[in-house]
Amino acid sequence: MINTEIKKVIVLGSGALKIGEAGEFDYSGSQALKALKEENVETILINPNIATIQTSEDIADRIYFLPITPFFVEQVIIKEKPDGILLAFGGQTALNCGVALFKTGILDKYNVKVIGTPVQSIIDTEDREIFAGKLAEIDVLTPRSIACLNIEEAYAAVKIVGYPIIIRAAYTLGGLGSGFCSNDIELESLASKAFTYSPQILVEESIKGWKEVEYEVVRDRFDNCITVCNMENFDPLGIHTGESIVVAPSQTLSNSEYHKLRALAIKIIRHIGIVGECNVQYALDPHSEDYRVIEVNARLSRSSALASKATGYPLAFVAAKLGLGYGLHQLNNQVTKVTTAAFEPALDYIVCKIPRWDLNKFSGVSKNLGSSMKSVGEIMAIGRSFEEAIQKGIRMVGIGMHGFVANKEEITIGQIDEELSNPTDRRIFAIEEAFNKGYSVDEIYDKTKIDRWFLQKLHNIHVTKEKLEKFNSLAVLDDSLLIQAKKEGYSDFQIARLVLKSSNKEINNDLLKVREWRKSKNILPSVKQIDTLAGEYPAQTNYLYLTYNGNEHDVEFQHDNKSVIVLGSGAYRIGSSVEFDWCSVNAITTIHKENYRSIMINYNPETVSTDYDTCDRLYFDELTFERVMDIVDLEAPKGVVLSMGGQIPNNLAMKLHRQKVPILGTSPLNIDRAEDRKKFSSLLDTLKIDQPRWSELTTIEDIYIFVDEVGFPVLIRPSYVLSGAAMNVVSNRDQLQHFLTLAANVSKEHPVVVSEFIEQAKEIEIDAVAKNGEVVAYAISEHVEFAGVHSGDATIVFPPQKLYVETIRRIKKIAYQIAKALEITGPFNMQLLAKDNDIKVIECNLRASRSFPFVSKVMKYNLIEIATQVMLDVPFLKPDKSMFELDYVGVKAAQFSFARLLNADPVLGVDMSSTGEVGCIGENFYEAILKSMLSVGYTIPKKNILISSGPARSKVELIQSAQLLSERGFNLYATGGTQKFLSDNGVKSTRVYWPDETDKHPNTLELIKNKKIDLVINIPKDHTTREISNGYTIRRSAIDYSIPLITNARVASAFIFAFCKYEIKDLSIKSWDEYKD
Amino acid sequence: MATMTQLRKVRLILEDGTTFEGKSFGYERSVAGEVVFYTAMTGYPESLTDPSYTGQILVSTFPLIGNYGVPSDSKVNGLYEFYESDKIHITGLIVSDYSFEYSHWNAIKSLGDWLKENKIPGLFGIDTRALTKIIRVKGSLLGKIEFDDEIIDFYDPNQENLVAIASCDKVETFGNGEHRIVLVDCGVKYNIIRCLLNRNATVICVPWNYDFNGEDFDGIFLSNGPGDPALCDATVENIRKTMDAEKPIMGICLGNQLLARAAGAETYKLKFGHRSHNQPVLLQGTDRCFITSQNHGFAVDTKTLPADWEPLFTNVNDQTNEGIRHKTKPFFSTQFHPEAASGPVDTEFLFDDFINNVIEYKKKKKVKAP
Repeated sequence: MINTEIKKVIVLGSGALKIGEAGEFDYSGSQALKALKEENVETILINPNIATIQTSEDIADRIYFLPITPFFVEQVIIKEKPDGILLAFGGQTALNCGVALFKTGILDKYNVKVIGTPVQSIIDTEDREIFAGKLAEIDVLTPRSIACLNIEEAYAAVKIVGYPIIIRAAYTLGGLGSGFCSNDIELESLASKAFTYSPQILVEESIKGWKEVEYEVVRDRFDNCITVCNMENFDPLGIHTGESIVVAPSQTLSNSEYHKLRALAIKIIRHIGIVGECNVQYALDPHSEDYRVIEVNARLSRSSALASKATGYPLAFVAAKLGLGYGLHQLNNQVTKVTTAAFEPALDYIVCKIPRWDLNKFSGVSKNLGSSMKSVGEIMAIGRSFEEAIQKGIRMVGIGMHGFVANKEEITIGQIDEELSNPTDRRIFAIEEAFNKGYSVDEIYDKTKIDRWFLQKLHNIHVTKEKLEKFNSLAVLDDSLLIQAKKEGYSDFQIARLVLKSSNKEINNDLLKVREWRKSKNILPSVKQIDTLAGEYPAQTNYLYLTYNGNEHDVEFQHDNKSVIVLGSGAYRIGSSVEFDWCSVNAITTIHKENYRSIMINYNPETVSTDYDTCDRLYFDELTFERVMDIVDLEAPKGVVLSMGGQIPNNLAMKLHRQKVPILGTSPLNIDRAEDRKKFSSLLDTLKIDQPRWSELTTIEDIYIFVDEVGFPVLIRPSYVLSGAAMNVVSNRDQLQHFLTLAANVSKEHPVVVSEFIEQAKEIEIDAVAKNGEVVAYAISEHVEFAGVHSGDATIVFPPQKLYVETIRRIKKIAYQIAKALEITGPFNMQLLAKDNDIKVIECNLRASRSFPFVSKVMKYNLIEIATQVMLDVPFLKPDKSMFELDYVGVKAAQFSFARLLNADPVLGVDMSSTGEVGCIGENFYEAILKSMLSVGYTIPKKNILISSGPARSKVELIQSAQLLSERGFNLYATGGTQKFLSDNGVKSTRVYWPDETDKHPNTLELIKNKKIDLVINIPKDHTTREISNGYTIRRSAIDYSIPLITNARVASAFIFAFCKYEIKDLSIKSWDEYKD
Repeated sequence: MATMTQLRKVRLILEDGTTFEGKSFGYERSVAGEVVFYTAMTGYPESLTDPSYTGQILVSTFPLIGNYGVPSDSKVNGLYEFYESDKIHITGLIVSDYSFEYSHWNAIKSLGDWLKENKIPGLFGIDTRALTKIIRVKGSLLGKIEFDDEIIDFYDPNQENLVAIASCDKVETFGNGEHRIVLVDCGVKYNIIRCLLNRNATVICVPWNYDFNGEDFDGIFLSNGPGDPALCDATVENIRKTMDAEKPIMGICLGNQLLARAAGAETYKLKFGHRSHNQPVLLQGTDRCFITSQNHGFAVDTKTLPADWEPLFTNVNDQTNEGIRHKTKPFFSTQFHPEAASGPVDTEFLFDDFINNVIEYKKKKKVKAP
């Protein structure tokens, strides 16, 4: 039945999380590995993303934390001699690498068979011209499209197709380099950019405004096909599907349309010859059954992860099994266990996916949504009405909104029209504001082309809001209206705000009143199962959600004190990502091992924690106070774990505590003492632990007085943030003044926190676990960058290589003191500054942190497992080794996605801007950092390096490495000051001119545009506007022309030393288990 | 749009006493029948006009219904283009979330208005998942939709010969193709007729108990239909008679059961009926598996098939029979619906197989003819 010659395979992961390629591939990779394991196939995983679940013990047989590039994969092939390779589970990164390995003959050379879809099929779908030709063979329509190799060909193509057109770059991630053009000027600018990503671009007819519909299709080697799910975009064509609100199943398609597109999807998958899974994206005319196929992804994708979660059908698991030779009918339905995988899930609910953007984190970035992707994460909401799902979903996104209505957001009328026709990340709120201003559904349709059905449903929510507002107390509110509001997804918070007219101060108390009131009326949510067959047969499933559109529970609740709830981390966002999923999954696994029933609450479809296989019960639902309380009321668990999912669960600590919910681990009162800046500060004072001086100030005058006292630079954190005025470091009075004008609102209500900023200080992290105030395990790591770069963006070394023993001893002592004072039980993390041997504490979190998976995996000691055991109060193994005994070094490096964020300044600061990370292991620091940086997309420069080294301090920092580069025969190009400094120090370089010195040559900009430069080192300096703008132009151009860019002198220096010390062929190809502890 | 407060409360009462309260969006009249569910996520206009649902109160497990309104009532070849028969056949409709406002280019009215015109009650606001769980356990269950001012009794439609109600009452011919197909109408869905017409057929639609053996035809088609196959002895007799002639036969759903009974096999009532678009069936002796649309509560007992017959398709989930064929003669039938509408169209090729059988038969007949 299956191919028994395949005994050992390589699985390629997707590397660091980035925009367009996020946690979904941890989920699909983990599923594939599980499927292979079940068939006793030995698995070798290559993935430098150390924070993933798939790179954990017991998932793959061997793991290489190495870059996913043809070079490294070939080395692993040589070493491991696999029979096969899986390319479909690591996103575009794995696919591109696989195609390269195939084209260069490496797979043939070592006789490695591609498991699943043949590479030729992949190539057929990736090259748009071949693809359109393939579909034309079977009379399937694609948008009229002409491939062009240069700008002249593009102009000629437009003559045939006619404006408006869409430009696409071939072979890119999630629409990179794509966009709409309505005239020659737009074409010129977009096409030249697209050519930097790809040698081929496409000029296509625009079908903007059509419905966008996707199908997930599966095919086995017997030619059996199913479509697991279809999905309809709320936003019509023109907005990348990753940027769209999406519902599953489709809502506005008739049976005939649904099955026409379904049959086409099957026709396509057969013709292309995919074995496994693919995704077909359609444009469907809203006025007829006319359609175009927009795209086919011959691999698991973000949509397939969403479809798996939306239906309960494990696409990646099944795809891996089909690759080994199974037929669909020979596999079990993993949910029901009684039916087979050869079926199409029937849903009796609707799901709604909403993207999460973090555009506020970037300065200069365009907020308009279009055909390329900018969102960093997504959520999925489940309900039995669209109103319920979308309101849940808006809350889940976690941007401070309470649903479709009853938000504080205000948009003026001028902006509404603009928002509706040129959508940004806030369009959904503009729709509600339009209703408030009296716009009709038709008027909004005209501007947005969002199908009227969706708008009408949103209007229902709006109408209910108006009805609720007419009441002033719960006692006079009709039960039927209250029930209707709950069925439409209204939260207690929204009802309190609308009916009780609660102020921000009263709202937390008032929502409890709403809760009590409706409980007294027995208005409660029902727990429903996701069973893939809409209840047609009985199925025991543990995949659950809550709804008010129901009146009975599908499951029973055993109040036996043997269950533990773990709160997950919600939408991936900048600052909270797959690392917290790793922590959550490890907590669940440990809870299960310790013979408790594990209950997970989370709603992020890109995660492993929301795989119903990982826990005893999964509530795919909100992490709001209200919903967590609903579930706690039903389950009456032994306890709730808040410390694994990052800040979202942590923020619920006090609220749950006040309702007497048993919290496992550190007492919420102590969590509050660490979270509350003032309380924590006074605790440090009591313990005589040093901290940077800070003050919370409510007037501009006080700010100046404080700054006079501590001196510049200072770190400023306004509590009320207008765009562009987030947390920042200011170095002089001018900057401070400028910043305060931006922040505008400084008052008692909106104080500003100003802290002393210590320059040239090392930043150090400690991740630890304590039990009843006693530290039982810890790991100390150091940043390569000096303090000032957010810890999430920093390059982190573990174990520390350059810290004084004295420093480490002091840090350990501080950790012990704080653990004792806060009676910590469970995980905690602290960030500290060290200058000489002076240590200052900057932050303390009584929860798992971003670096827990990294340090746990490097030292091969699972801090989360022990933290969970500690919280459960069961026996645990104390580490018997010290981190200093490690014979190797781990380096964690950040992945940035600036290329996707049009116009964003790719510079690092106190606020985080990276979207992912990798962690690699080496024999020493240089080997590890080189592997890490190669893993996040840096390449070793061949010849030419452009340096503008910024302030004097970084000039000094870089002089040795510049010397080294010069000795190794690299050509250095340097801007004025840098060139002079290098020359004064005996290093030869070519002077280049600033971007605005357009008449002088060589000009930095032309070198970058002509791709003469292999590496750009640009250290920002905070002086004149001109320098800032020139610096920005250089940095942004480097990103736009895909040239590696480093903006930190210490990282630049470390990277240069590393690649001068090691050639790529010298890097050791060792699996994780070969690094002996 | 009717506001919520104007909507009348109405109850669904099951024979076991369970009561669900919802609101009315259809015609306001109390009705009784058998309560059945279907799990398809699209195709309510097709299901509502499917004669197989005669006498039944239909529950949609997909909660959001009415989204795309009701399609145009245009006709092609004398058949409604977008409906499966000339009227709504269900007795009542039960949904969770009804869309008062619809949106579709081909819609001419709302589902609620359509129900009102056809005097069919519709309820929304029901926990259809809870209701479905009750129905699947009981298998078949009587129920009534009751308005406060109109108390009625339960009614078991299975006591009657539903086929007689759903069937046409006189012979009617559609199309003008070269293959003359007698269609035994036990409650036929229009799409079966369309599938035949598209393949160059003349369709002679005859009532369920009509003895068609005297007609001039090249093949027999046994349609789908409601109820228990054991009540259609008249049809079974007529099929038996025609089997000697070796003219090609194809049957669908009830047609599969009638062909089996004509061959001498038994039919029985399933514990869990098949009411969905996602049923996998395996072609006997191969690894070819198809996703099919199904709506049946009875099945053919494969063990009772005579020696010259064999199973054609088998359900992968519960191993029940999904089709039979004669080992030597051009007779076959399927339990599922290759004509889809609604549902997946993956097995429509079976109509080609049937027409090919007809062509083969005609060739042979020519050879035999002097």
